[in-house]
Amino acid sequence: MTEVVVKEKKITPEEIPKEKLLWMYKTMLRIRRYEEKTAELFAAGELPGFIHLYIGEEAIAAGIMAALRPEDKITSTHRGHGHMIAKGGSMAKMMAENMGKVTGICKGKGGSMHIADFSIGELGANGIIGAGWPLGTGAALASKLLGLGYVVVCIAGDGAAEQGTFHEAVNLASIWKLPVVYFIEDNEYGMGMPSWPKPGDPRKSKNIKNLGDRGIAYGIPGVTIDGNDPIAVYEAVKAAVERARIEGIPSIIHALTCRQRGHFEGDPQLYRPKEDVEACKKRDPIPRFRKLLIEKGIATEEELKKIEEEVEKEVAEAIEFGRKSPFPDPKEAYTDIYASEPFPEV
Amino acid sequence: MPKKTFSYAIYEALKQEMVRDPTVIIMGEDVGRFGGCFGVTRDLWKIFGEERVRDTPISESAFIGGGAGAAASGLRPVVELMFVDFFGVAMDQIYNQAAKLRYMSGGQCKFPMVLRTTIGGGFRAAAQHSQVLYALFAHVPGIKVVVPSTPYDAKGLLITAIRDDDFVMYFEHKKLYPIEGEVPDEPYTIPFGVADVKREGDDVTVVAMAYMVHEAMKAADELAKEGISVEIVDPRTLAPLDTDTIVKSVEKTGRLVVVDEDYIYFGATGEIITRVVERGVALKAPPKRVATPRVPIPFSPTLEDEILPNKDKIKKAIKETMK
Ligand SMILES: Cc1ncc(C[n+]2csc(CCOP(=O)(O)OP(=O)(O)O)c2C)c(N)n1
Ligand SMILES: [Mg+2]
Repeated sequence: MTEVVVKEKKITPEEIPKEKLLWMYKTMLRIRRYEEKTAELFAAGELPGFIHLYIGEEAIAAGIMAALRPEDKITSTHRGHGHMIAKGGSMAKMMAENMGKVTGICKGKGGSMHIADFSIGELGANGIIGAGWPLGTGAALASKLLGLGYVVVCIAGDGAAEQGTFHEAVNLASIWKLPVVYFIEDNEYGMGMPSWPKPGDPRKSKNIKNLGDRGIAYGIPGVTIDGNDPIAVYEAVKAAVERARIEGIPSIIHALTCRQRGHFEGDPQLYRPKEDVEACKKRDPIPRFRKLLIEKGIATEEELKKIEEEVEKEVAEAIEFGRKSPFPDPKEAYTDIYASEPFPEV
Repeated sequence: MPKKTFSYAIYEALKQEMVRDPTVIIMGEDVGRFGGCFGVTRDLWKIFGEERVRDTPISESAFIGGGAGAAASGLRPVVELMFVDFFGVAMDQIYNQAAKLRYMSGGQCKFPMVLRTTIGGGFRAAAQHSQVLYALFAHVPGIKVVVPSTPYDAKGLLITAIRDDDFVMYFEHKKLYPIEGEVPDEPYTIPFGVADVKREGDDVTVVAMAYMVHEAMKAADELAKEGISVEIVDPRTLAPLDTDTIVKSVEKTGRLVVVDEDYIYFGATGEIITRVVERGVALKAPPKRVATPRVPIPFSPTLEDEILPNKDKIKKAIKETMK
């Protein structure tokens, strides 16, 4: 296999406004704390269904959204809490959704795998791997034909980049010149299958490590970056979004990260070498970014502590909101199926 | 006879067939080192190696279509589609390719492939991980559709499926995996198209499949105390469907309730009632169906419980036919 070559970032922290850097830090932390609590609530039986956590991958969501305008849109995945929080979604409404409550962002109909908030351009998490690539491509077509000026970032995993939908969507966008960015979050695993060989495990799901190189196959730009560095993500997305918005050139961004927890909560990860989990925890993007902010004198301990307290409070309030909210009335099951309701027969 | 779980019965069938026939291979997402998303394939990768138990990328179209191509070329693949809900990604390979290439080539090739997949709701897994959908496949010419409800049936039907020279889709309801039952250690087969009367009774015939057989059994137990005698017929395969056994039962009882976790319209319930009506069986009451309404499976427990068929809904329908 080819060795992975990461594109070094050119931008320095000093070139980014302080409030954007602090926003990225806070966003990463909001995701982390939200998800740590989610893990606890799931273990305590308060969250039904499947839960896939984003812990360790927060720099990606923060870096992407820092580069977007409010009107820009994203498609998300089953591992989508982080995308939702970073895009500006309500933590409380997402918590209520994941609890199956009527006050949830999808009225309790979708749950964690299907959170969506169209009002902020979060076009939906998805339970079908690879489904977001074409959906986002279509949203980009609408932007172009209706002259709406927004860009779509399709975010999905390395596993999702193995689906035919990826190749079909990227090809389409490249010939139609659509304002879209295909963002691959490579956390080194698709469920129990490694992207490339691990100690004692020769399996791999792709024959190249640099998925950014796939751009060549479609005649569009592609890069592989450090996905645990929010600044590197911000820089790559900013450049790609500008190309997309102004010139209608789509891009592929392949970000390297890793999954600190199991594929889903409750996954004992028997297929994964223990040292791989340990190595991943060492790559944690949050302490790394915090250190940078302090060392470069961008933020003081006090400033960061204040942010940390705000985040704790917000998460606690979100849980409180979810717990206090009622479950939907059973009859709600029959609404929202068709836009032209009521449909004569269900 | 030893007791085994539904899950273990499937594992045992796979293992024994792989020992018997070196052309049997397994492919799918996380069927190897993970042991299968629901733990069915367990340690098969250790026993038979990673050449024969193949973990695939998340590329259903490639490995399901690939399974069909391999089947036409001398292998006997057992391919796993993690949840039936994901079929859409590979639908062409399933219903235009594996199902029809034999016919279109005038019988030149055959497709000894089994596509195992999981079905069923009740896990708060929402609209893309909870469906049943077997009727979609029973609708298409060229596919055999197997829907076991007990560990015994699971093993025998899977062995038949693997030895069968045609494309078989084999549906495993997730709620059945932990259920225990008697399963012989040695390999055995159960023919397709032979329904099983899971419970004998005189007043009402209930036709049910997969997990719904068990809900119907509970309903029948409770109704027995109220003096209603329920016969439960499990078709076990939908394509082919054993119309004779169903008709014979309805001729005896004169009443029919069809229970199905699949969506109600244009599905197995309508088909089974039609088969009975076509035979001109005299009914003492209009036939009833208990199935999932035309609603995507919702996430929230209160909503999901509202729409899925269950023991109480089955009891209600049975009682209505007794009025
Ligand atoms: C079409 C389809 N195939 C398989 C699955 C089962 N599945 C759910 S998540 C997952 C792994 C996805 O890997 P990746 O895209 O890398 O995302 P990650 O979970 O690593 O964030 C799989 C195989 C699915 N949901 N949809
Ligand atoms: Mg992954």
